[in-house]
Amino acid sequence: MHLSRLLILSLLIGLITLLPIGVVMSYLIYPESAIWQHLWAYVLPEIISNTAILLLGTGVVSAALGIALAWLTACHEFPLRRFFNWALILPLAMPAYVTAFVDIGLFDFTGPVQTFIRHHFGEGIWFPPIRSTPGVIMVMSLSLYPYVYLLCRNAFLSQGARITEAGQLLGLTRNKAFWRLALPMARPWIVGGVIVVLMETLADFGTMSVFNFDTFTTAIYKSWFGLFSLSAAAQLASLLVIVVFGLLIAEQYFAGRKRYHTPLKNMSPRFTLHGRTKWLALIFCSSILLFAFILPLLQLIYWSAQVFTQDFDERYPQFIWHTVLLASVSAGLVVAAALCLALTARTYPNRWFKAWGRLATLGYAVPGSVLAVGIFIPVAAADTYLINFFNAQFGWQGHSSFLRGTLFIMLLALMVRFMAPGFNSIETGLQRITKNQEDAAKGMGLFGWQLLRRIHLPLLKTSLFSAALLVFVDTMKEMPITLMTRPFGWDTLAVRVFEMTSEGQWDRAALPALGIVLVGLLPVFLLSRHQEN
Amino acid sequence: MSNHLQVAQASHFYQQKSTFQNLSFSLETGKIACLLGSSGCGKTTILRCIAGFEPIQSGQILIADQLLSSPAKVVPPHLRQIGMVFQDYALFPHLSVGKNIAFGLHQLAATARQKIVDEMLELVRLKGSSDVYPHELSGGQQQRVALARALAIRPQLLLLDEPFSNLDVELRERLSIEVRDILKARNMTAILVTHDQHEAFAIADEVGVMNEGRIVQWDSPYSLYHEPANRFVADFIGEGTFLPGTVVSHNQIRIELGIVPSRMNPDCCVGCTVQVLIRPDDIIHNDQSPVQARVTQRAFRGAEFLYTLELDSGAKILSLVPSHHNHQIGEKIGIQLEIDHVIAFKKSST
Repeated sequence: MHLSRLLILSLLIGLITLLPIGVVMSYLIYPESAIWQHLWAYVLPEIISNTAILLLGTGVVSAALGIALAWLTACHEFPLRRFFNWALILPLAMPAYVTAFVDIGLFDFTGPVQTFIRHHFGEGIWFPPIRSTPGVIMVMSLSLYPYVYLLCRNAFLSQGARITEAGQLLGLTRNKAFWRLALPMARPWIVGGVIVVLMETLADFGTMSVFNFDTFTTAIYKSWFGLFSLSAAAQLASLLVIVVFGLLIAEQYFAGRKRYHTPLKNMSPRFTLHGRTKWLALIFCSSILLFAFILPLLQLIYWSAQVFTQDFDERYPQFIWHTVLLASVSAGLVVAAALCLALTARTYPNRWFKAWGRLATLGYAVPGSVLAVGIFIPVAAADTYLINFFNAQFGWQGHSSFLRGTLFIMLLALMVRFMAPGFNSIETGLQRITKNQEDAAKGMGLFGWQLLRRIHLPLLKTSLFSAALLVFVDTMKEMPITLMTRPFGWDTLAVRVFEMTSEGQWDRAALPALGIVLVGLLPVFLLSRHQEN
Repeated sequence: MSNHLQVAQASHFYQQKSTFQNLSFSLETGKIACLLGSSGCGKTTILRCIAGFEPIQSGQILIADQLLSSPAKVVPPHLRQIGMVFQDYALFPHLSVGKNIAFGLHQLAATARQKIVDEMLELVRLKGSSDVYPHELSGGQQQRVALARALAIRPQLLLLDEPFSNLDVELRERLSIEVRDILKARNMTAILVTHDQHEAFAIADEVGVMNEGRIVQWDSPYSLYHEPANRFVADFIGEGTFLPGTVVSHNQIRIELGIVPSRMNPDCCVGCTVQVLIRPDDIIHNDQSPVQARVTQRAFRGAEFLYTLELDSGAKILSLVPSHHNHQIGEKIGIQLEIDHVIAFKKSST
């Protein structure tokens, strides 16, 4: 490939990412005061306090779960440890909005659990209300803890057992060594995991709408599609971006601190749990897995089986076709764009292009609802301009839009949102191709496009595949972008889940959700296999 | 002096597989011992048993006549007051050097603690590095911090698990002498584990050579080299070759290079065929010597050549020759045996 062409492509990809963020931010600089007043009076007080409580609660609970599970499976030996070691990341395949509606269906007043209790033990037995702030926090934590678990387990695996032993020889008991050494030592990884959890929590739309819990994302949706005020949506989005930037800065700081920890080369053996502690560990791990994955999955299967014959009609092939089409095209786009970025960073190994690569992948931190607003506004403006231009110049009639109402906006927003997972997996693959291998090929007369086709692409095959798979599944699960920017009536499985859950028809939402979860298991299995090696 | 550390008939199993069996050795106060063996011979597990991380399935481990480990009882590591320098140092990355060293002194008052930290930093020549973080130090400096941290608690015994293996060769030799001086200055009893015999010889008073979970010889470095107790030790320690010989009297053996004196060996009857160990420093180059050997290989080592020589019978021997004697491959040179007495093993004992 011609080098300068590669460069221009990369610059363009970066600009596409920065465009929606810039557009949304401009609403901070040029606010419309009437809208501001309305938002401050009726919307912001509630969503700010909701968001704060939600972030705090989800952060603390998912950190506690992730750390405890990682400490157990990384540094201790107990029954079924090897199974839990990978099984505890399975909840990653279960979108939070699925866990949310399943739990409400199961544990709400009219659900089977409470009905069973009333039937057998009479009325008046108190049951914790599932539709509550603690309920939202529980659901979010159960589906997001694996991010903390994964990072934290790496930290504990590489140095936890050894550091604990060093502490024991200096006079600490195992317990004290955990609190005074292993935990502070793992702090950069813990914080890194918690920040990902917080970003996902901020971005979540589906769970919040199932619970009717108003946060920024649901407020943006309601402003746009309820009040038809795009600028109110954009102004809410601009506030959300500020919170996101705060998280990004924190993430950068703690990611930097990790490099001070050199992983220890020799692992100490795991500490074998005996007697009662052994069974407590088993019970703890099993119950988390049960509530975060097994129970929701079984309930989905049960509901799907119940409604399948009457609900699986001619619309479903279309949902599936739309879903697969959207996910494949977005995976293809991301892989191509990410490959461009990764190759540029490799060809020009300097500070600026490294920074550009990071900027171009920022979308992972920006909630989908923000991106939807941020891309829709400029594209719609460009569209209007083009229509007017063509109408005036050529006297065209009958065209009201070129780009609105097509997949264009949606694909652009999805590409920005999921650039990071694609880029990271391709970049890791590229790093495995050494400079010497490249030079050896150059020495044999290969260059440019030839080099890419005969050396890089074959060696990157698995990385490209896993990048595509990750983006495919992420797109499938994605809700706000698809919901807000899809052409009218262009429904996917995720949109179907949203529509059924907003009518409270949990059993009919289960069928599309089951499809999403089953496909979502693929990258999780891939990840767990990768972790085992 | 009494025995400070005693390991008596200790055995350890891991998942029904024996790591070491019926291991016994003892160590006097202030002595430095080394367990020497190839990887996987169970030497690190011995340290872990002494530290209290692993139980033993039979036997006893005692320090200062106090029982620490037996099949019935294991004193937990944090009550043993044993210091350990890990192979990868296991420094606490989130604490400064000073806080790493002070970590085991939490029961002391702040001023007393600071005094020991200063003393330790001085001891390992890292004065002024108290506020530095481990990642800012070189490998050798990190190793010295690990040593200071282990010594700060005034341990009854110091364990060192391959402490120099992460350092480059030059540094390894210098640091092993330094560490020996530090330990000797504090009269510290210590056990080192390594697979590198040069390291073992540089630092240890006594060396236990291990093979497949057993100590095959426990001796001073000098004796291990010059009087190996068996064929394994003779092969493992130093360089050398074996020449066939015949026992001619209770203290003489005939080999191709003549009759040589030997220690009496009850196994070897007169007339027996034996294998005689010839070290490279036993063969002296002498142009006047009537005995000639052909050079088949040569390795230049700077100050000397290590020649591989072929005798008339085809047997090979090694010879260390000062490097101004530059001979080519294929050349015949005069050699002479210079040896007080030889070590011989019966042919069957491999």
